[in-house]
Amino acid sequence: MVEKGNKLNARSLNIWFGTIYALKKITIDILENEILSIIGPANSGKSTFLRALNRLNDLNSDFHFEGNIFLDGKDIYRDISIGELRKKIGMVFALPVPLPLSVFENIAYGPRRHGIQDQGRLSEIVERTLTAAYLWDEVKDRLHTSAIKLSGGQQQRLCLARTLAVEPDIILYDEPCSSLDPISTAKIEEAMLRFKHKYTQILVTNNTKQAARVSDRTAFFLMGELVELDLTENMFTCPARKETNDYLSGRFG
Amino acid sequence: MKPNPYRTERIAFTLLLISTVVIILPVFFIVFIIIQKGFSAISWEFLTSIPKMGMREGGIFPAIVGTLYLVLGTLIFALPLGVFSAIYLTEYAQDNLLTRLIKLAIINLAGVPSVVYGLFGLGIFVIFLKLGASILAGSLTLGVMVLPIIITTSKEALDSVPKSFREVSLSLGVSKWQTIRYSVLPHALPGILTGIILAISRAAGETAPILFTVAAFYLPKLPHSVFDQAMALPYHLYVISTQVPNVEVKIRYGTALVLMMIVLSLNLAAIILRSQFRKRKKW
Repeated sequence: MVEKGNKLNARSLNIWFGTIYALKKITIDILENEILSIIGPANSGKSTFLRALNRLNDLNSDFHFEGNIFLDGKDIYRDISIGELRKKIGMVFALPVPLPLSVFENIAYGPRRHGIQDQGRLSEIVERTLTAAYLWDEVKDRLHTSAIKLSGGQQQRLCLARTLAVEPDIILYDEPCSSLDPISTAKIEEAMLRFKHKYTQILVTNNTKQAARVSDRTAFFLMGELVELDLTENMFTCPARKETNDYLSGRFG
Repeated sequence: MKPNPYRTERIAFTLLLISTVVIILPVFFIVFIIIQKGFSAISWEFLTSIPKMGMREGGIFPAIVGTLYLVLGTLIFALPLGVFSAIYLTEYAQDNLLTRLIKLAIINLAGVPSVVYGLFGLGIFVIFLKLGASILAGSLTLGVMVLPIIITTSKEALDSVPKSFREVSLSLGVSKWQTIRYSVLPHALPGILTGIILAISRAAGETAPILFTVAAFYLPKLPHSVFDQAMALPYHLYVISTQVPNVEVKIRYGTALVLMMIVLSLNLAAIILRSQFRKRKKW
């Protein structure tokens, strides 16, 4: 049974892409309103785990899995429709992907598809989410210009605002700052910390310092296995496992 | 003697240039001769009146109208069918034996000679389905012929829309169909349009598929319904060039000129559309 405070639970999750065994027996409980960061070298299964949570792996025809994932105690494959699941679990991708629409229409894209047509309500959503993503002041005068004209950092904050616009409970970040400059990175991190009271957040990152800065707990993945999961401060001061220590001190990865 | 690399290069470039010029020449001559011999035939009367005196005088209006009807009919059948199956193949179909078989069939369909389509149309639409030689049977035959063009270009256009657009849209909880409708199709539309226009020019210019299925040798009136036969420009050109003696040269070349202008202007539209598309493609 799910304990109180648990938001998302992965139970013995195994994932294959064709014959590649990508995730091995992952069991993780993700707590409500925490920021969990997932670190690990390339090909350790971090992104695969993240994309399992909103069923984005399903797009890959080679994908198959065993085990269960529960959102609020409900199995995401049996008890929740895929649309509802993805509305509740938003995602920010590694590269900013603004749709070739205006800033306004990018944000309004999700709400519109979910049936909100009222212009006043859409304007309210656009202003609220852009403000939350620290972008409103920079773009309020050019809401109707193409989102592609924004800088990389602005685009990524736009993507964050677009995710917020469908009112998720959980936000997944798949290396959100890997293509951003330090200032844009700081803005995203600031937003993440501010969101803590409202959202459960999972951050996959290659930047261990970023994990140390923002997350409550950190999970270390290696070769598809969960090596260690602990409070971030414990993990970075005295990791329990040798592999974690080696990775954090830069001996591999 | 050691080969001088710069001289080799000059020879190679010269060869390449000559080949290119040789390719341009026939196009140039075709256009030049047809305009030179046919331009004097073009008049308002030639374009808008029916053929007289066993097609030796008068105009080619019924053939122009017939060709336009056939193109329209072809599109009505081939457009939805082709675009929908392209959407299915790129967005929904699993990569299994059936899908691969379908893709193979489409590729092979593109390689079938047009006269075989004509025979097929005669067998299936004219005789078996008892449609008779009619605009309907001809449109269906031409439709089958241009299907692979529409499917292939539409598939390419859909494939060229970045995968990330689909992922973003789906990750927002948007359904797959809405994702296709709002995040894929709008960006593929210009490419699909280009394929459609190529299909139009093919349908307008082919003679063999309409030979047994719709084209009338001489029909000095306009068709009343889709079950009527009709004249069509390519077949009319064939008839007045080979089957009717003593047709004035300028009428033959005038007909060819009109046909060519219709096809060329459609191709030109395709080229303009494509360049617009490239300009708008901003990701």
